[in-house]
Amino acid sequence: MIREITIGQYYQTDSVLHRLDPRVKLIFVILYIVSIFLYRKPLPFLLAALFLALCVGLSKVPFSYIVRGLKAVVVLMLFTAVFNLFLTPGETLVAWGGLKITKEGALIAAFMAARLVLLIISSSLMTLTTTPTQLTDAMEKLLWPLQKIHLPVHEVAMMMSIALRFIPILLEETDKIMKAQMARGADFESGNLLRRLKAMVPILVPLFISAFRRANDLAMAMEARCYQGGEGRTKMKPLRYKGADTVAYLILMVYLAAVIAVGKLT
Amino acid sequence: MNIIDLKKVVYEYFRRDDEGNVTGITTAVDHVDLSVKPGDFIAILGHNGSGKSTLAKHLNAILYPSEGTVWVDGMDTTEEDKLMQIRQTTGMVFQNPDNQIIAQIVEEDVGFGPENLGVPTKKIWERVEESLKAVGMYEFRKKSPNRLSGGQKQRVSIAGVLAMHPKCIVLDEPTAMLDPAGRREVIRAARALNDVEKITVILITHYMEEVIYADHVYVMDHGSVKMEGSPREVFSRVDELSALHLTVPQVTLLADRLKKSGLPIKSGILTRDELTAELVRIKSGR
Repeated sequence: MIREITIGQYYQTDSVLHRLDPRVKLIFVILYIVSIFLYRKPLPFLLAALFLALCVGLSKVPFSYIVRGLKAVVVLMLFTAVFNLFLTPGETLVAWGGLKITKEGALIAAFMAARLVLLIISSSLMTLTTTPTQLTDAMEKLLWPLQKIHLPVHEVAMMMSIALRFIPILLEETDKIMKAQMARGADFESGNLLRRLKAMVPILVPLFISAFRRANDLAMAMEARCYQGGEGRTKMKPLRYKGADTVAYLILMVYLAAVIAVGKLT
Repeated sequence: MNIIDLKKVVYEYFRRDDEGNVTGITTAVDHVDLSVKPGDFIAILGHNGSGKSTLAKHLNAILYPSEGTVWVDGMDTTEEDKLMQIRQTTGMVFQNPDNQIIAQIVEEDVGFGPENLGVPTKKIWERVEESLKAVGMYEFRKKSPNRLSGGQKQRVSIAGVLAMHPKCIVLDEPTAMLDPAGRREVIRAARALNDVEKITVILITHYMEEVIYADHVYVMDHGSVKMEGSPREVFSRVDELSALHLTVPQVTLLADRLKKSGLPIKSGILTRDELTAELVRIKSGR
């Protein structure tokens, strides 16, 4: 179950989206997320959803694979939806005991849920079509000006790409530790929240120890391969804009203009 | 000139208690002399805690000797300005395949070393291609390392080192975490590098079967070299090896037992074919 989380994973296939410059995809996602938070009206949402559906189609990543990524955040979505539903003041639709559902609350809950779904699908679409290395390369390149004020841009980018690389490994390890503890009679499913949290300790302790050991090994392996920070490094896959990237930027502009137009008009 | 020369190398570390007070000194490497000629295939054997991995880490300046000197291709490893050159000369492959692969795509990982060295982009691609082909992993170049078997991951690690164009590769227990099939894959790749590319290979292991093809074998125990010689010479001393908690290959053990029970078998049998030939010879001789 724990291995099914697809956020931050790369899906290997060959599509237009996979071939785009990662900087385009990064800027794309950021502006897309801005676009779904601009208006609280149905039409811009519809437009955003259609646009995303088009992108998903272009990516050649199976839709079911993307949806699996949503499962992980269902709890968060329900949480926000429930809070919005009951706690927003306004015109009462249904009253039940001390609780009441308002019209405004229902609307906000629906919008928030839609936003979260679009946000997660769009950002996981980016990570599914972009290797972490490309992604961190893009961040490094986009944030390069910050190096001037002595922010460790390269180091942060490297750390992020390593973190992403180790997610599946540590998940697998967590799974293994849990099974090992369960085989010895540990119970993670019953009891109240506090009890369940306490049951997590025997998982977290070995996991942390192993993570530190891995970090130590990795640092040594990187040093053995002459890693010494960003200076003097060349790139195997340097980022260069191509024709398709310009087209993608144009499409993004058109999409944003359309969202704003629809949002203003309705 | 020797590619690697160790003169009376000692490595000590301090044991500390919980408050950080020194409670004692452990000598992990104890006056080791070792010299490796270019193109050799060297094996260093020893059980856990014999100091063989600590010794390996001296060969590309991850650790520095407390006493004595380590020369890599004529460079003293304590010379700081030669550090990168030393690390490029002797590449290192470690035990855990997961903890030494940095990138999420095979070819990007192989490119990591050349990137660090500042090799121009076009040349990086050439190096990645030739290295992956040398270990037979070229068709997996676009795959995620997580989807490879242990043996395949280790071959990628070897390719990653190979792409830095080293003169010598140190394999620090590269097969300890693999299944028998993976072990064979990795050893075959290491032998191919030695035979075809003429790269010096130093294999550190506790599996005796892996060292029968080596030119020279060192056996370590408690930080010092206890036995050395050709695999044949070393394996003919079965009793000494078992005293060092090392088990010889089954064929060698069988040959040794037969010899002890009175058959005139020559000592230092390494393969099944040799034993068969020897038995046939004895039978027809009688």
